[in-house]
Amino acid sequence: MTAADLTLAKHDATRIFARKRMIGFAVPVVILAYLAYIFIAFDIGGLLQRMRPENAVTLASDSWSYKVHVERSHRTGDIAYSIEGERKGEYPEGTHPDWVETGDITTVTLPHGHLVRLLPDNRTEYVVPGFGTVEAHFDGAAIVTNLPDPPPDWASVSDRRVAMLTEGGRITITRSKTEIFRYFPGWELFFFTLESPYYGHSFYDIVFGEQWDPTRGNIAGAAHDFWRNPMWRHADVAWAIGETILMAFLGTFGAAMVALPLGFLAAKRFSPFMAVRFTFRRIFDFVRGVDALIWTIVLSRAFGPGPLTGSLAILLTDTGTFGKLFSEALENVDDKQIEGVASTGAKPLQRYRFGVIPQVVPVLLSQVLYFFESNTRSATIIGAITGGGIGLLLTQAIQTQKDWEEVAYYIILVVLMVMAMDSLSGWLRAKLIGGR
Amino acid sequence: MTDISAPARIDVLQTEYMALVRQRRLYGGLVLAIFALLMASGFYVADARNAGGFWEGLHRVGDYPAAVISEAWEKRAELPANLVKFFPALVETLNIAAVSTLLGAIFGLIFALLSTRGLARWPRLVPLFRRLMDIMRAIPEIVIALVLIFMLGGGPVPAMLAIAIHTTGALGKLFSEVAENADLKPVDGLASVGANWTQRMLLGVIPQVAPNFLSYALLRFEINIRASAILGFVGAGGLGYELKNSMSWGPGEFDEAAAIFLLLFGAIVVFDQISSRYRNRLTEGRLA
Repeated sequence: MTAADLTLAKHDATRIFARKRMIGFAVPVVILAYLAYIFIAFDIGGLLQRMRPENAVTLASDSWSYKVHVERSHRTGDIAYSIEGERKGEYPEGTHPDWVETGDITTVTLPHGHLVRLLPDNRTEYVVPGFGTVEAHFDGAAIVTNLPDPPPDWASVSDRRVAMLTEGGRITITRSKTEIFRYFPGWELFFFTLESPYYGHSFYDIVFGEQWDPTRGNIAGAAHDFWRNPMWRHADVAWAIGETILMAFLGTFGAAMVALPLGFLAAKRFSPFMAVRFTFRRIFDFVRGVDALIWTIVLSRAFGPGPLTGSLAILLTDTGTFGKLFSEALENVDDKQIEGVASTGAKPLQRYRFGVIPQVVPVLLSQVLYFFESNTRSATIIGAITGGGIGLLLTQAIQTQKDWEEVAYYIILVVLMVMAMDSLSGWLRAKLIGGR
Repeated sequence: MTDISAPARIDVLQTEYMALVRQRRLYGGLVLAIFALLMASGFYVADARNAGGFWEGLHRVGDYPAAVISEAWEKRAELPANLVKFFPALVETLNIAAVSTLLGAIFGLIFALLSTRGLARWPRLVPLFRRLMDIMRAIPEIVIALVLIFMLGGGPVPAMLAIAIHTTGALGKLFSEVAENADLKPVDGLASVGANWTQRMLLGVIPQVAPNFLSYALLRFEINIRASAILGFVGAGGLGYELKNSMSWGPGEFDEAAAIFLLLFGAIVVFDQISSRYRNRLTEGRLA
């Protein structure tokens, strides 16, 4: 090696290093520039101003807690108690939570030493520790309070509406009613609603305790009341999850059944005519390219909302994907097995059955099972669009913006469902193909 | 001795073999029968719970596309204008997919390195990072998107974050499978000269696995374009959102719907082609 060669090599090396260094700087710079463009294009600065942190607070606190409403009507003076303010959660006539004292003056005890007295003539007294007593009453025209002007930051006051939000709870007084919300952790009425005789009893009590309802056995009655719980609707939720899984199941395996014969027609080895091959490949590409979203829309026009529409949308999209994957797998089949089978005098159909199928089945099955799991997620989304399954329940619960504990419940169920399908498809793969 | 009992042994072998074959056939048949039963009953249930039945709807499948196409054909002069009109929405959809893939790939890379045995920064926390990725993968994008839309308002950002979180989980798992097979010698060499963890990963692991990672990230980009179009439909901006709007107008605006369908279809096909070509080059380049 001469000195000239060495200089040349060194020159080359320096050039490569310089290029690498350039790339090393350029890649992060390009990424940063792109993110900066996105920052402007997506208007993230404006978004930060428009975002509603109080919504996040509501979501975070409501998803694991519930509130009990104490509501006094200004017209009749009647006081009603209900959980989450829903008719289904009302306390039966004549009963009330044990932190309320009734009488001429109704006293509502709130945590942290807060206290609300509902006095006759639509007057209200609210004892706030460290502040004093807020007095408010509705005089028939406006709401009058003794709150200073400007009011403290936990209260908002106008003629029509007074709202106070403290660590003790929330109180709103409007022209028509006075409402007190007391917050409790947990999901109330998850097992039984208030009208069920089993409400408030422990599991042990129900199984081994006395018979609470004379007309039916404890376990059967409790199971029925739990299943038919009008607030949490466990039966409907279970159906919805079943529907979502059904969509994924029908879609995935239906697609596999359609795509298997078509895959043969699109594979070079098994389909001698170029035109046939080409046609089927373009069909696969088209069906895949149209995408589940458009298929869902087109199909829901024909079949209406429901699980069938969702399964057909998954079926169509996945037929394209499977057709492509299957035909690729079929083209990679090993010839030796087919020759071996042929040497024993097998006819073409037998050659396929014993020479080809055993080779491709593990590959195809593992792909199908993988898609089964991922389609459970797609079915949730498609359900939200076409109207079926847990996706629909979840969108509805989020759009009403009321029952965040239900939203949290559905989210947990969806995650558990996907994880269960993940393990199921993994288990089936291991069982049918042998662990890998 | 042996020659006397040999035919008998073959007989025994043959009956045993035939019994095994019969058992296998029985099991295979049973599995098939159960599968067929599940499919049939599943179809029956889905058909019963659908608003319109399968057989009544089947001949109407073509109606909607036909209506859209015929109206779009009548107004074909407006098609270029419509394509231009919705092009920004397409760009938004593609941007959502690109940013979420980028963020997902970056965080997925970090998660993958943190959760691969032998490479992890904190080996004790490997199970924690794995569970985190499992959860990120399990939550469907729509769940995160809807919650974020409630907090941030509609627009592309909720969709972007939702897809990015899911992508982090999905790519993290694939990346960590690749990183498990990485050669540890460069890492040991770097460690022996005193490189810290970041340097060992950047200089020792990433150059080995980069082609595979890129190929997975490109595949994910294809998937994310579809996901971002779908999320638009529930209010997260982009083509899906425009599609929902133009569909709610019904007949008379089908030319707009047709333009959006075309844009979406075209984008998906074009990016599928580009990415599959580039992925082939990446994997072949690795082999060479």
